[in-house]
Amino acid sequence: MIDSIINFGIDAIYFITAGVFIIGLKQMSSPVTAHRGIVWAGIAMVIATLATFGSPQISLEISSINLQLMLVAMVAGSTVAYITAKRVAMTDMPQMIAMYNGMGGGAAAAIAAVELVKLSSGAPSHGLTIQILAVLGGVIGAVAFSGSAVAFAKLQGIMKKTLRLPMHQVINIGLLIAVCVFGYLIAAGESVKFEHVMIFFALSIVLGVMVTLPIGGADMPVVISLFNALTGLAVAFEGFVLNNAAMIVAGTVVGSSGALLTQLMAKAMNRPISNVLFSSFGSDGGAAEEEDIEGSMKEIQANDAAIMMAYGQKVIIVPGYGMAVAQAQHKLKEMGDLLEARGIDVKYAIHPVAGRMPGHMNVLLAEAGVDYDNILDLEEINPEFPTADVALVIGANDVVNPVARSNPDSPIYGMPILDADHAQNVIVIKRGKGAGFSGIENHLFYADNTQMLYGDGKKAVADLIAGIKLL
Amino acid sequence: MIEGLPALYIFMLSAFTGYEVISRVPVILHTPLMSGSNFIHGIVLVGAMIVMGHAEGALELTIGFIAVALASGNAVGGYVATVRMLEMFQTKPRVSANDAGEA
Repeated sequence: MIDSIINFGIDAIYFITAGVFIIGLKQMSSPVTAHRGIVWAGIAMVIATLATFGSPQISLEISSINLQLMLVAMVAGSTVAYITAKRVAMTDMPQMIAMYNGMGGGAAAAIAAVELVKLSSGAPSHGLTIQILAVLGGVIGAVAFSGSAVAFAKLQGIMKKTLRLPMHQVINIGLLIAVCVFGYLIAAGESVKFEHVMIFFALSIVLGVMVTLPIGGADMPVVISLFNALTGLAVAFEGFVLNNAAMIVAGTVVGSSGALLTQLMAKAMNRPISNVLFSSFGSDGGAAEEEDIEGSMKEIQANDAAIMMAYGQKVIIVPGYGMAVAQAQHKLKEMGDLLEARGIDVKYAIHPVAGRMPGHMNVLLAEAGVDYDNILDLEEINPEFPTADVALVIGANDVVNPVARSNPDSPIYGMPILDADHAQNVIVIKRGKGAGFSGIENHLFYADNTQMLYGDGKKAVADLIAGIKLL
Repeated sequence: MIEGLPALYIFMLSAFTGYEVISRVPVILHTPLMSGSNFIHGIVLVGAMIVMGHAEGALELTIGFIAVALASGNAVGGYVATVRMLEMFQTKPRVSANDAGEA
């Protein structure tokens, strides 16, 4: 009797948790309610976790080794994640999201592993469907785990090169087939063999690494989002295995919303998801294609650039990943305020994939205190470029490369870009003369109305501020 | 037990819910939203705890330990990262109101 009441109570808590998660996600879709949304979801998560301690599926003595190890693991995992999440600079957020997501995928895979190991040591099966779902969740979780780890390593700069083995796609397909074979043996074989389970997970982890290795850094946002959706799906599948409604609902909701987000991002880059996954860009051509670029790069001094902006009517600032690296957002805001004080119309143009994630630039500019009425999307700002006196490109490259409009042979052809080249004057703040992240030459830098301001982003903007103040 | 057709219904309805819920998200919130949904699949912690609870033997305990540690990391890291990002948006309107007041 008592047991059934406790059971009902815990199920009710999971039900409410799932509901609150959905409401929380909904609230996160508006800047006004977003903060409330995540806090609600956080409270629901804590309650669900506490409730699980009382679940009859656990029902442990205080002294049991399982409970002690569980608490140690929770403290260890939480502490590491808390410290890293608190300390990381806003610019490094994308790779941290990749890392935490990989952890979730790894956890889902580990859940599948424990269940399958149990079966291999003779535990009673819960039926074919459950076994298939455990296997599916296992492979998806493992791929999300190792793939996210590679994405993290690439964005963090630990792993700089895109690696491509000969016959890479053939190897990947071979791996996928091998994973399927072992998955089939585990799910549908007469008995689950321990060796099969181990080989299955090893192959899945290798598959995740191999799929992610050849993907260039410019495509990483899409890939991280995809792995996020996959982890959600893996969690949902393991939810079926463990008969846990909160996991099923939350996992599925994340899976489908993540899939939509991935689609939106891929669309913004005009690259179908299959292209992102199965062709690497920027790793094989790159600097080799320095064919016929007209014009030459012209250098400008900070003072001249300051005058150009200070006596204009309208300045559009185009930030990119370079701004994030240089941590120039605060200086940029200071400069924008100075210009505005002189009656100049200052706008910020954000490409959907500027930075390493959609919205990355918005987060940084918001951190610096830029009013978000002045932060405009691609469609909103593009018609305004011809009326702008100066387009100040800071650390952006591929997203303003006119080649995307003109050259069908270019890897980025067809990607919607910011028409910075349509402004009267273009000033590009750039560290050196090298090509951008994707390794494609930028024809904007050679255009007649473009002038280059070389130097670190933060210092260059500081120089501009000094220049404006002198006027 | 959640299985059979009801399981499929739950799966289908949840999938549509996820799709609908974020379909009107402005681009500026894409990164926080990705981080937020990353936090929400941290509910995997509940599953990791259940698995750890009935783990037997050194191998199962080890894998269960890894599951719980990773899942806690997912939940806590996802939460802190999302809150840090969203806090910037939250303080925004006040800052601009002050600026407007001074101007």
